[in-house]
Amino acid sequence: MTAFTPWQSLIGGLLIGLSAALMVLYLGKIAGISGIVGQLWQGAKSDRQWRGAFTLGLLLSPLLYQLIAPLPAMLITADWPQLVAAGLLVGFGTRLGSGCTSGHGVCGLSRLSIRSLVATLTFMATAIVVVWLTRHVLT
Amino acid sequence: MRTISLIAFFSGLIFGIGLIIGGMTNPAKVLAFLDITGDWDPSLMFVMLGAIAVSFFAFRQAARKSTSLLGWPVNLPDTTRIDRKLVMGAVLFGAGWGLAGFCPGPAMVALLFGSAKPWIFVTSMLAGMWLHSRLFGKG
Repeated sequence: MTAFTPWQSLIGGLLIGLSAALMVLYLGKIAGISGIVGQLWQGAKSDRQWRGAFTLGLLLSPLLYQLIAPLPAMLITADWPQLVAAGLLVGFGTRLGSGCTSGHGVCGLSRLSIRSLVATLTFMATAIVVVWLTRHVLT
Repeated sequence: MRTISLIAFFSGLIFGIGLIIGGMTNPAKVLAFLDITGDWDPSLMFVMLGAIAVSFFAFRQAARKSTSLLGWPVNLPDTTRIDRKLVMGAVLFGAGWGLAGFCPGPAMVALLFGSAKPWIFVTSMLAGMWLHSRLFGKG
């Protein structure tokens, strides 16, 4: 059980929305993390540059956060084999489905894309079923 | 090019800070959000609401233009097809997300939190992405 934090989560969401807004208004690009990370070594040099710069910002963000406040708790209950399996599924799945929580869930839904709505409902439902199975059925 | 990279870098930073404040970098919180039949923590719904509330207007603005503020073409996805790849990809991604509680963005941000576990996840996520590009080619 984790604490209900509607205000922090809303503020975090507004910042994510601001980031997606900057990306589309200034660069004309979708702030979709799986697309950006998955294509870091693909495409034209200019594309690799903006993707690299965005990824660097993402990676360094906890260091900036730490200048202001200590990092919040990070509790990972999955063991190493589960992390390996989950990583493979997330990496392969997001590329096959052309997006993740950011590309489909935030940017796609903001564009009122039905395709992204289908993807978002599908990955949410699957994740809910997997959590239900691992927490309530298989234990 | 320098301005483009700078904006992309700051967007990545803001995105990462948003994920940390919003609670997305804590897999325990993500799993509690997905655990709707258990001790449900609906906080992360507010991350999505906050993000969409901002980026909805940015995408509406961007859709009316052919070039971005920095002169790049506005690249919004034009695919509307709902096919097996989209749904299968979303199912695989959802399964991995529900297994570990990490999606691509938070996992990247978590790399510098000082734990080894995100490195395991991100390494196999990159392997999954690589596997996809080997099987299906680029894009």
